[in-house]
Amino acid sequence: MTVMERLAPQLVTGAPLLTMSGISRRFGAVVALEDVAATVWPGEVLGIVGESGSGKSTLLRMMNLEDTPDTGTYHLALPETPGNLFDLDRFARRQLCARRIGIVYQNPHLGLLMGHSSSGNVAERLLIAGERSFATLRAKAKGALEASEFPLTRMDDPPRQLSGGMQQRVQLAKAIALEPALLLLDEPTTGLDVSVQALVLDTLKRLQRDRAITMVIVSHDLGVIRTMADRVMVMRHGRVVEEGLVDQVFQDPQHPYTQELVHAKL
Amino acid sequence: MTLATLTRPWAAMSYGFLDASAKREMRRKIIKAIAVPGCQMPYASREVPIARGWGTGGLQVTLTLIKPASVVKVIDQGADDSVNAASIRRFLSRVSGAAETWDTLEATILQSRHRIPEERLRDDQVLVLQVPNPEPLRPVQPNMSIARQMHADADYGRLWLVLYEQMVRSGRIVQGAAYPSLVNGRHVMTPSPIPRWDVPKLHMAHHLTLLSAGREKRLYAVPPFTRVEPLVFSDVPYQVEDHAGLTCHRSGLSGVFMNEIPQDSGGSVFEASDSNLGIKAIRQAEGEATKIGPMWYENGELRP
Repeated sequence: MTVMERLAPQLVTGAPLLTMSGISRRFGAVVALEDVAATVWPGEVLGIVGESGSGKSTLLRMMNLEDTPDTGTYHLALPETPGNLFDLDRFARRQLCARRIGIVYQNPHLGLLMGHSSSGNVAERLLIAGERSFATLRAKAKGALEASEFPLTRMDDPPRQLSGGMQQRVQLAKAIALEPALLLLDEPTTGLDVSVQALVLDTLKRLQRDRAITMVIVSHDLGVIRTMADRVMVMRHGRVVEEGLVDQVFQDPQHPYTQELVHAKL
Repeated sequence: MTLATLTRPWAAMSYGFLDASAKREMRRKIIKAIAVPGCQMPYASREVPIARGWGTGGLQVTLTLIKPASVVKVIDQGADDSVNAASIRRFLSRVSGAAETWDTLEATILQSRHRIPEERLRDDQVLVLQVPNPEPLRPVQPNMSIARQMHADADYGRLWLVLYEQMVRSGRIVQGAAYPSLVNGRHVMTPSPIPRWDVPKLHMAHHLTLLSAGREKRLYAVPPFTRVEPLVFSDVPYQVEDHAGLTCHRSGLSGVFMNEIPQDSGGSVFEASDSNLGIKAIRQAEGEATKIGPMWYENGELRP
């Protein structure tokens, strides 16, 4: 498929890659998520917006199997995972996360080993998946960093010596090193200045176009969602209040909260 | 009947310094450690009359194993005559009545820091290694609770990260001592600060090796005939120190692990690290009847 063909609007007819349904999660008296459902089709970018505390990050953590809900199911249409992913044991979860799911956190300290080299951080992902050849590790780490437009002259510097934008690129390289089926982005550009933010979004957009990676992107920034996402889910108080195509939701918001959100932004 | 007839005469301490309950605990933990090769067993490290970090872990294991018929050898950096080795050896013989020796072939219990003797150990000998830091995952996981989970999951991928960075920075693996090794295909252990040269000696060895860290209160073991494989990349083979071509300037020995001794001239000379082997070689050269046992290495190559 050429780039132009991929860019052209297509009717989604296949089975969804990610299906979550009936997700509820309470932290004591606090309701973080209440009967949330999400569906993502292969090659699609789903945006999740909402105010702080609306449960969007909790939902993303569940997609990365870092947390288990009180009720609900999670399926990924992958050959090795037929059942509900929340039923997997710790070992199987780690294997699945390492091989099939990539994640970029808002705070690079969560995703990177700050004292180790950048290329080592990318290689770690491959090592956990069982790669043991030094030449392959080196080449793959380099390839992933190159794909995330990281300056290769600095590939052996530790992330603590890098700027915020570059740290996000290392996280991105680490996330895509194993060609994941699903890429999760948790506020990937929050905290970066506007020009760097644009460059990182540019990289993400290009990656999405070239590799047709399925992405879920969480942000409170409507501009980021508008640039990146195909479909959007608006969350508030742990519930999904509105869901639809990005243009449709942002041009013609139905729910009062979405209307407020869109007007506050524009 | 008086109380004196029912009790043992007063003594300053129990046999072998440690009291019976301490030894019982040590024995249980040693058996556990042998049952799960390379797995770290926590134990209650007792006070012994040397400072933590000077071999208290090894000393407690040796004090538990020792009996009047034992012959003990204590090695510190390959030498039997250093202050630490001499005082530990004297202490052991004083509290147990065991014989002291410098000779690897005569010893039944060898307590060591930094080295494994160059002469092959037999199945009737026990090697006790003093370990400063028993946790191989510490450089990549500072949180010990998580490190323990990683051991449980055999999640050792990150250990190659250290080797990867050494390869990137130096073009070769520079890990000189305490080279992380996979025991029996399951647990990764740090084989105490022995050089790379000594790690292959543990692989399918005939003797029992007990490794004990007194300060960290951890004990683990390599039973006889157990696989010990140093972690390597599939395309970068494991290499021992390149000491095959060096000759000891005192004894004329070659093909053994050497200590480098800097000279006033700016150059350096080499000396066999296993000092008693050097002494035996000198005695043999002077015509004394001395027996040197079969060695692990021959011309810098490990014998099968």
